Amino acid sequence: MELFWYIVLMTMLAVYVILDGYDFGAGIIHLFFAKTEKDKKAITNAIGPFWDANEVWLIAAGGVLFFAFPTLYASSFSGFYLPLIMILWLLIFRAIGLELRGQIHNRMWEAVWDKAFGIASLLLALFFGIALGNVVRGVNLGMVENGISTQEAHYFFLPLWNPTFSPQAQHLGIIDWFTILLGLVAVVALTIHGANWIIFKTNSDLNEKLKKVIFVLSFVLLALSIVTLLVWHIIEPNPFHNFIKNPLLWIFPLITFIGLFGLFKVKSFKKDGLGFLFSSLFLFGGLTSTVASIFPKVLPSTNAVNPSLTLYNVAADSYGLSVGIYWFAIAVVLVGVYMVIQYRVFKGKMDEVGYGEH
Amino acid sequence: MEDMLFYDRMQFAFTITFHYLFPQLTMGLSLMIVYFKGKFLKTKLEKYNEAAKFWMRIFALNFAMGVVTGIPMEFQFGTNWAKFSELTGGIIGQTLAMEGMFSFFLESSFLGLFLFGEKLLGHKLHFLTGFLVFLGSWASGFLIIATHSWMQHPVGYEILENGKFVLNNFGALFSNVWLWPSYLHNQAASLVTASFVVAAIGAFYILNNKHSEFGKLFVKTGVVFGLISSVIVAFPTGDMAAKNVVKHQPVTFAAMEGIFETEVGGSEIILIGQPNVLEKKLDNKIAVPNILSFLTYQKWEAEIKGLNEFDEKVYPTNIPGLYYAYHIMVGLGTIFIGLMFLAAIQLFRNKLYKTKWILWSLLFMLPFPYIANTTGWYTAELGRQPWLVYDLLRTAEGASPTVSSGNTLFTLLGFIGLYLLLGLLFLMLVGKIINKGPQIIKH
Repeated sequence: MELFWYIVLMTMLAVYVILDGYDFGAGIIHLFFAKTEKDKKAITNAIGPFWDANEVWLIAAGGVLFFAFPTLYASSFSGFYLPLIMILWLLIFRAIGLELRGQIHNRMWEAVWDKAFGIASLLLALFFGIALGNVVRGVNLGMVENGISTQEAHYFFLPLWNPTFSPQAQHLGIIDWFTILLGLVAVVALTIHGANWIIFKTNSDLNEKLKKVIFVLSFVLLALSIVTLLVWHIIEPNPFHNFIKNPLLWIFPLITFIGLFGLFKVKSFKKDGLGFLFSSLFLFGGLTSTVASIFPKVLPSTNAVNPSLTLYNVAADSYGLSVGIYWFAIAVVLVGVYMVIQYRVFKGKMDEVGYGEH
Repeated sequence: MEDMLFYDRMQFAFTITFHYLFPQLTMGLSLMIVYFKGKFLKTKLEKYNEAAKFWMRIFALNFAMGVVTGIPMEFQFGTNWAKFSELTGGIIGQTLAMEGMFSFFLESSFLGLFLFGEKLLGHKLHFLTGFLVFLGSWASGFLIIATHSWMQHPVGYEILENGKFVLNNFGALFSNVWLWPSYLHNQAASLVTASFVVAAIGAFYILNNKHSEFGKLFVKTGVVFGLISSVIVAFPTGDMAAKNVVKHQPVTFAAMEGIFETEVGGSEIILIGQPNVLEKKLDNKIAVPNILSFLTYQKWEAEIKGLNEFDEKVYPTNIPGLYYAYHIMVGLGTIFIGLMFLAAIQLFRNKLYKTKWILWSLLFMLPFPYIANTTGWYTAELGRQPWLVYDLLRTAEGASPTVSSGNTLFTLLGFIGLYLLLGLLFLMLVGKIINKGPQIIKH
């Protein structure tokens, strides 16, 4: 039962990263590469009718986390207090940037909200990567000092950083060189992903330039991925033990590599949607490989006193988890129907949607 | 530790108060937009379609504000109330997760179609998307109030040795006696806000002699919806909700009504007075004898328990705050019924659009439904204190154990600054839409 909800939750998170990921990426492209009003229009049209529904996947995944794994929800949300609230503020800025820009036609007004949208997207991509880094690295559960827990075994609190920025310091911070590295991977991967979405959904003049950007960034992504893999053993001496135990899991890293290598061919694709498919594979594979390598842990402990949080010791009671399956099954079917309707109505190129014109 | 709890509570109170300014309008307004669009389908009169489109612009802005201020609410259960989430997540997580899965996906998928899809879909399908957005927002309200009702009147649970609440009856969450009166009371109150806003903008257009044809339509629709909804808020839904409090939270009821001592021979109803908690009496009170006993039990002599009968440990934490919140809500609710009744009489006599003082009253009444809705929620929430889960889990036991007060104050200040900005932007933009008025923009 716990395993079922674990798979549900991870699937929802992966869907969220793939869907809202292209929104963040589009924001980053908007910040760095959109020079003309036409470029900007193309980008906001490409994500306009979707971004709001994409963000619901985060809220819904948060709901499922709360309901199925309340102890993990309580522990991680309070422990990562400051960055989570900052993510909220960034989400708010990003949303009002998108929604309010078109309300008043004035260059200064538009410039402010363009930057709010772009910078918030960039920082969100960075923060989500850092968040993943924190989950992989683990935290000082129970806030152990000199071998003694100062809090209940499953609670902790992390400041934003410690002065050494080391993932092995005694007093950890949210931001250290390891989590920053994953943050950069996320920024680069989502920039590529967003560029692919824009190519897929528009006939913009920007598209040819974006293909070059993707091509160059793919090398950066490959380099960052290799570095990440090389330093991973500092965090976890034996990152492959799950894969050795269960060779079927190699499918996830394999998907990641197919996705990454597909991206290098971006200039020769005949169909505009192919690039988006490959960057989605990379994101899905990267996320699932990471999760598979720490399984069944969901938040590792960095001390020897308190055990790691696993999907089994943070789950809700079995009755609640079983009745949840009934309503969840109905809801998933409905969500599928909505998505089909939404993507059919807004199928093909989106240049004429007129998002934000009130 | 005291500071910590104070900042946690302030942050939740501030963010939820600000958040609920928007859904209370959009839930009611979605129904009125569906009405305008439906009327257009039936009569084919373009003015109804224009009315629907005008209110959709206001709706879209409010909805966006509701969404962006709503996300922090779900996060705060975990960030600031971790212990509460850990202990009760298996139960309230059900209803909150259902809200995400059933209503947020529905709303967000069809809102885009509703706002941008009129040409693409044709009028009938456009009406349907509006209806689905309405359905989603009312489902959202239902699941939130189901969660709220469980906290006020916990059902279908057992408590394990480690203090965790686990669900043992899923159906009980929805057959909770607290749920239906509260839900209907709240939805009617949301419709009161929407009706008063529609009527007030209509009155503004008539008095300003601008878009006055639409002004008349808005005033008429606002008054009809407003009269019906403000009556339903009081009776039967408010009455039923109050009887739940009498039965299940008698100490809360005593504090709400300002009854310090049990009165022999029936309790008076307090109209005005200031609670003096130190001396356990009301200062400067104006009261009518025996009315409260009659309203509560339909017997003039019925006994209502005063605060003197309860242990101070279970007193609501903020008795004066609770008393004022309740009295402001009831007082405003009474004024709403009175004004809408007079307006409806003038409407029936075909004199409403010329009765200036009623139009001015409707215009100036605009902020008061918001105040009434807010104080209504304060009554419910302050009435539950000092408990998070009534009689079972105290608020002080629910806060996050590891988050320091300095961090919470930092984020509270951040929210205050950010929401101040949001509020100013909102007022500016909504003013712009109202100033432009209906029928200006041709698609």
